[in-house]
Amino acid sequence: MGNDSGRGTIVYRNDLLGYHMSIGLEREDIMCQESYNDKVLAEIVVNEKIADRVYRMVFREKQIAEEARAGQFINVYCKAESRILPRPISICEVDRENGLVTIVYMIVGMGTKEFSELKTGDKVEVLGPLGNGFTLRDCEDNVIVGGGVGAPPLLEVVKRLPGKKRVFLGFRSGAFLVDEFRKYAEVYVATDDGSVGDKGTVVDLMRKVGVKSGNIYSCGPKPMLAAVQDMAEELGINAQISLEERMGCGIGACVGCICKIKADNEVGYTYKKVCKDGPIFDAKEVMFE
Amino acid sequence: MMTSVNIAGVDFKNPVMTASGTFGSGREYSKFVDLNRLGGVVVKGVASKEWLGNPAPRIAETYGGMLNAVGLQNPGVDVFIEEDIPFLRQYDTNIIVNIAGKTVEEYVEVAKRLRDADIDMIELNISCPNVKEGGVAFGTDPKMAEYVTSEVKKYAKQPLIVKLSPNVTDITEIARAVEAGGADAVSLINTLLGMKIDIYKRKPILANRVGGFSGPAIKPVAVRMVNQVYNSIKLPIIGLGGICTGEDAIEFILAGATGVAVGTANFSNPRATIDVVEGIERYMDVMGVGDVNELIGNID
Ligand SMILES: Cc1cc2nc3c(=O)[nH]c(=O)nc-3n(C[C@H](O)[C@H](O)[C@H](O)COP(=O)(O)OP(=O)(O)OC[C@H]3O[C@@H](n4cnc5c(N)ncnc54)[C@H](O)[C@@H]3O)c2cc1C
Ligand SMILES: Cc1cc2nc3c(=O)[nH]c(=O)nc-3n(C[C@H](O)[C@H](O)[C@H](O)COP(=O)(O)O)c2cc1C
Ligand code: FES
Repeated sequence: MGNDSGRGTIVYRNDLLGYHMSIGLEREDIMCQESYNDKVLAEIVVNEKIADRVYRMVFREKQIAEEARAGQFINVYCKAESRILPRPISICEVDRENGLVTIVYMIVGMGTKEFSELKTGDKVEVLGPLGNGFTLRDCEDNVIVGGGVGAPPLLEVVKRLPGKKRVFLGFRSGAFLVDEFRKYAEVYVATDDGSVGDKGTVVDLMRKVGVKSGNIYSCGPKPMLAAVQDMAEELGINAQISLEERMGCGIGACVGCICKIKADNEVGYTYKKVCKDGPIFDAKEVMFE
Repeated sequence: MMTSVNIAGVDFKNPVMTASGTFGSGREYSKFVDLNRLGGVVVKGVASKEWLGNPAPRIAETYGGMLNAVGLQNPGVDVFIEEDIPFLRQYDTNIIVNIAGKTVEEYVEVAKRLRDADIDMIELNISCPNVKEGGVAFGTDPKMAEYVTSEVKKYAKQPLIVKLSPNVTDITEIARAVEAGGADAVSLINTLLGMKIDIYKRKPILANRVGGFSGPAIKPVAVRMVNQVYNSIKLPIIGLGGICTGEDAIEFILAGATGVAVGTANFSNPRATIDVVEGIERYMDVMGVGDVNELIGNID
């Protein structure tokens, strides 16, 4: 992922590698290396409610389905011109054979409300795949930890990971996607109100069930990720976490979506872009406030 | 059909540029857009040394617009010279470097560092609302605006554009001041100071509380200011603020702009700059305009 060493600023240099490669190349060569897909109008195949305020959308987009790595996201654009910024939504699942992409999203504002009203056969504007994705490692105990709408991107992780897999899912109330995860792994569920599975947080549940080694893959709200970070440090194991931040462009141009990353400089941190350098980061390097 | 324009002695193949801070240094968007088709690339503001900028959240969406409080995060002018100029020079387009500073000395230092750099123009940003010192403080006081312009002008080798803030009662006063200070061109507008509140948490959405308001929602303010400035100074104008289409750009040109820049629209449409180039050509074709220069300030 580029040259992150040196002066402490990484933000502008995550594709230095591409840049060095491009020196001395003809313009045509530059144009085709690491090129993004253009924004496309994709046809919606399914858009259904799967839990309170939570929807599952499947759309047809061959290129995204082929290229997506687990943990990447797409930009979804609103039709209403009053809503000018893209909504970043994680890729939940892809079906390469049929060129289908699934996203699962929660209605939190007008943009996601607009998406929820789309019907089969409607078109939706998307751009992607964006971001870096998880690094999938072969190991004896893969621990997957999702919280709320942080769970969806982990489904593709679970599908693709080799070896033993245990999935811990936490929700405020009610649960979704549990059956989908069960197809591929052992699943443990916790809810704040005890309505499904254990009562309490997903991290409490992990302690109860027992996690001692392996690799952790996690996505969810900040407090959960911070607890996962603590736990991984305690156990001395590797954890990758998926961060979320309000975005402008989604492709690394606006420097809007930064997160704090430990650095060896006077202030002790630097900013990286969640959209381009992430959304997946090594838990060890992230600073939660 | 002639789309080329000349701004302060620099030839542009067409009037369309990118707005500073919305296009990085071109690299990300070069994957969507052939930079060779743009009149110029105005890069993200650079300072004499690395700036970290403001904490997150830095972005909020508003009706037809957005707020940002990036706070001019940038890796410093040396990194820019080393890494971004060689990248941009591969393309046949003008390179315009937006410069930032907290003091007059810092602006001067950046201009000095750029003297030998292979760039076409400098854009002096005295209008960023997201930094405490420098920035908008220089851009809202005519005396300071004139002073910082004249100091930077002394050391800048390339033609100097001064970017004006809309956060003033009378923008023509500032425009006249930077003209007197020796600016070669002006660009306007930078973002308007704005605020958004989460009514459920009862707190501002942005970590910095306030941010710069941009996007299609601000276009009428920008067009009005471009026209006011056009009627009060002689310098060429680069107009921006909410441009999304060729029609938007034409409006600015008719208001008096020689060049136009596309900002926030890049976020909603990565190919917005090209759409604007093509939209201008289409308008000229349909309206039978042979030379885009005929349109500048050409309203009753
Ligand atoms: C990398 C990434 C992956 C995500 N994946 C999912 C997912 O799989 N499922 C899901 O339900 N949600 C996901 N989100 C959160 C989702 O982007 C927001 O809930 C959504 O943008 C809110 O839009 P809105 O118009 O409904 O809300 P509004 O609050 O009206 O949105 C206004 C603006 O704020 C931005 N915004 C608001 N909340 C967030 C947020 N939490 N994160 C980032 N931007 C935000 C929007 O993009 C938009 O620009 C993800 C966010 C990121 C950064
Ligand atoms: C995320 C963001 C970052 C910006 N950074 C800069 C900057 O570094 N220097 C500058 O002069 N203007 C900066 N601007 C202002 C824009 O260049 C432009 O003046 C403003 O956004 C209005 O145009 P628009 O509505 O087309 O975006 C920034 C704007 C945005 C949205
Ligand atoms: S959203 Fe623009 S840099 Fe990440």
